[in-house]
Formats: sequence, structure tokens, C-alpha cells
Amino acid sequence: MGDILQGLYEAGRLIVTLDADLLEISLRSLYVTLTAVAIAALIGLPMGAWLAVRRFRYRRSVIALLNALMGLPPVVVGLIVYLLLSRSGPFGVFGLLFTPTAMIIAQVIIITPLVASIAHQAIRELWAEYHDLLISLNTTRGQRMRTLIWDGRRALLTAALAGFGRGIGEVGAIMIVGGNIDHVTRVLTTAIALETGKGDFALALGLGFVLIFLAIIVNLLIHSLSQTEVRGRW
Amino acid sequence: MVAIYPIHLKAVEVRKSGKCLLGPLDLTLAPEGFTIVMGPNGAGKSTLLKTLHGMERVRGGTRTWAVPETEALTRQAFVFQTPVVMRRTVLDNVAYPLTLRGVSKPEAQAAAQGWLSVVGLSNAAAQRASDLSGGERQKMALARALITEPEVLLLDEPCANLDGQATREIENLLLNAHENGMRIVMATHDNGQARRLASEVLFLHKGKLLEQTPAPQFFETPQTPEATAFIAGDIVA
Repeated sequence: MGDILQGLYEAGRLIVTLDADLLEISLRSLYVTLTAVAIAALIGLPMGAWLAVRRFRYRRSVIALLNALMGLPPVVVGLIVYLLLSRSGPFGVFGLLFTPTAMIIAQVIIITPLVASIAHQAIRELWAEYHDLLISLNTTRGQRMRTLIWDGRRALLTAALAGFGRGIGEVGAIMIVGGNIDHVTRVLTTAIALETGKGDFALALGLGFVLIFLAIIVNLLIHSLSQTEVRGRW
Repeated sequence: MVAIYPIHLKAVEVRKSGKCLLGPLDLTLAPEGFTIVMGPNGAGKSTLLKTLHGMERVRGGTRTWAVPETEALTRQAFVFQTPVVMRRTVLDNVAYPLTLRGVSKPEAQAAAQGWLSVVGLSNAAAQRASDLSGGERQKMALARALITEPEVLLLDEPCANLDGQATREIENLLLNAHENGMRIVMATHDNGQARRLASEVLFLHKGKLLEQTPAPQFFETPQTPEATAFIAGDIVA
């Protein structure tokens, strides 16, 4: 109990004194995960819509696979991205290993199936509602997907937030591909792992609380900006 | 511009999971008129309308408009029994078909405003469509169908869930549209409504077309026992 109180005190101290290191790694955490979420949304939302609108032979299998990929172990993703980006790997020439870009790549791989799968669930319901109208208006597949994504945007926000939640707290993959290098690739989660390893539980816990605050604030901010739950069902 | 009707159906059959829903059926609809499709539940009224609209895949037989199919499909509109309410404002719901056709948003919204005043929903333009009552939703759906100025309007029991007042308003809108030259094909199982609107009646039973008769003649002297029973209000077996 004492450790936890110590941690809360440490979190308060870090925030009140606007600790420069804390600010830096917090912003890096946000940068990496928000970028990854944005890219994952650009891929995952149209993919979810496409899977809802399109009927093809292996559709069920693809959806089942997508749902399975939601549980992709981050450590394994990290390992594979590491091998791909390492000097001897196929993308070694880009020199991306141990950079924030490598961390973003790993997180995009982890988050995209989650975003696509939740988006597919939401859009499938909306498609059932809109089906007759969109068919009778002779819409093209692209028009259907755009209409469904736009009209389902509030439900799709949940998909993006779920992706953010998974990314911001993730440590396994970014530790491997980022390397937790001070002032280069250190983020909140990797810093917590490091401080715990060093036995500085107060600092680790302090960072942990900061991480939780950050996640809550981002969620609240997005909800208030998009007016969810303010104006009824949508 | 060549009119899209007459439409000819020849030996058309519609099947779903092995069950024959409609046909085989031969039918020609003239370029003018107010056709009412009648018949008990499950007679194939909706299926016939969807076939006329090109939404139903035809198994066997042919369906030909006076113009190529792709052109015909863009010059007609469909109103469903339960209106599809998009998660948008009433105005944007009505403007939607125009925006699909590449009309700019302000222009589409101006047109939508005009059609909303035609159906008497001007005051609801900025409301969310899901807040409308059943009758208002159907009027919105009608405005959304009319905004593309279709030549042929197909309606599938548009008044089935509405009360007398709303039904009367919808009927007046349809009669007006018809007077302005719109070809209307509408399904109903309401005898009174059929008498008020029809210039021609199609009577369907168990997927077969039993009668295609001018309206006065149909209600005076129906030619089949099924139609006679239906008009008399008996249950048609």
C-alpha cells in the first residue's frame, strides 16, 4: 500500500513540476500511438466497410481470421518487424530499426485487425438498415462504403479508441523494435518496464499513473469533441 | 427523350432458396397510368415491384424496358413499406440521391428544401430524421424518391403502417404527381385505397398474375373467383 501511495505522490510531483523527461516520453507515446491509430483507421475502416458490403466466397474465413488477429501477441509482432527491419532483413536498407517509425509500423500491425473487426461489426448493422435504399438508388460499391463509414462515424470512433487503448498500453513490440533508447525511442510503457527492472517502484508507478491519466484524457477529449452520448443514438 | 415504359415481362420467374415467389408471369405496363397491385399477403406484390425496379434477379424469362436497363434504373424510384431512415438530418436524407449523382451539396440541399415544402415537412428540415413520426418518415421517403424526378415511381404498401390522416396526405401527393405525368405502380391490400387511386389493377395470387384490368371494370366485374372474394373482403385461400 505504501508503494502505491508513494507512486501516486511521485506521479503528482512529476506532473506538477512538469518534468522535462516525463513530458518528452509522454509526447512520444502519444505521437507513436496516435499516428499508428490514424494509419490503422485509414486501412481498417474501409476494410471493415468492404467486408460488410462485399459478398465473396471466403468472406467468413477472412472475418474469422481478422477476429483471431485481434489477439495477435505484440511480442511476436515486434520480433517479426525487428527481423524485417534489421540490417540483414529485407527492409534493412531504410535504417528504420530503433526509430519511432519502426514502433509505429509494429503498432499499425497490432491495431489494424482490431479496428477493422470492430468497424466491420458496426458497419454490418448499418448496412442491414440501409441495404434496400442503397440498392434501389443504384449506388456503386464505393458510394455504399463512403455512406456507411460517414453515417456510422460515431460507432467507428469506438473502433479507433479501442485501437488507441491497445496501442498506448502496449510494451512488448515497441520495446523490441524501438529499443527503449533514452531521448530517441523511450516511451511511457518502456520507461515503466525499465524503472521496475531497476527497482525504482515509485517512479515506475508514477509513470504508470501518468499513462492512465493520459489514456483517460484522450478518450474524454475525443468524446466531447465528437459529441457522443450527447445527441442520442448518433 | 424516349419514355422508359412500356415494360415487358415475358415468362419471368423469381425464386429464392428453391421456392418460387413469382411467376412464370407475362406482363406489359403501358407508359401511362396509375397501376395498383393487389392481392393477399405472400401473393408476390413486393417481389413484382422489386422485379419491375430491377432489384430482383430474374430467373428465366426476360424483362425489357423501352430503353437500356442501366438507363431505365436511373429514371425510376422506389418507396418501401418501412422507410429507410438514414442517420442524417431530414434535409440531408432527401438530398442524398442528388449528392450520389454528383450534384453539389448546396444545390442538392436547395432542391431538398423545395421537395420538403411539397410534402409539408419544411419545418422539420434541420431535425434528425430518426425523430420523425411514422407518417412524417414516409413523407420524407416520398420526397427522397421524388427529388430525382423519376418517370416511374414504384411504391410497396407505403401506407400500411399509417393512420387515416397520413394516408390521405400521401395519397394526395401521389395523385398530384400522377397528374403531372408520373407513371405510378403501387402495391396495397387496402380495397378503399385501390378504388381511390387506381386506373388499372393487377391482381396477384400465389405468385401468379390472375388479372390485369382497368380499375372500374375490376371492381364491378372481377373475372376470377379469387379476385371476387378478395374485393368482397373474404379470405382468399
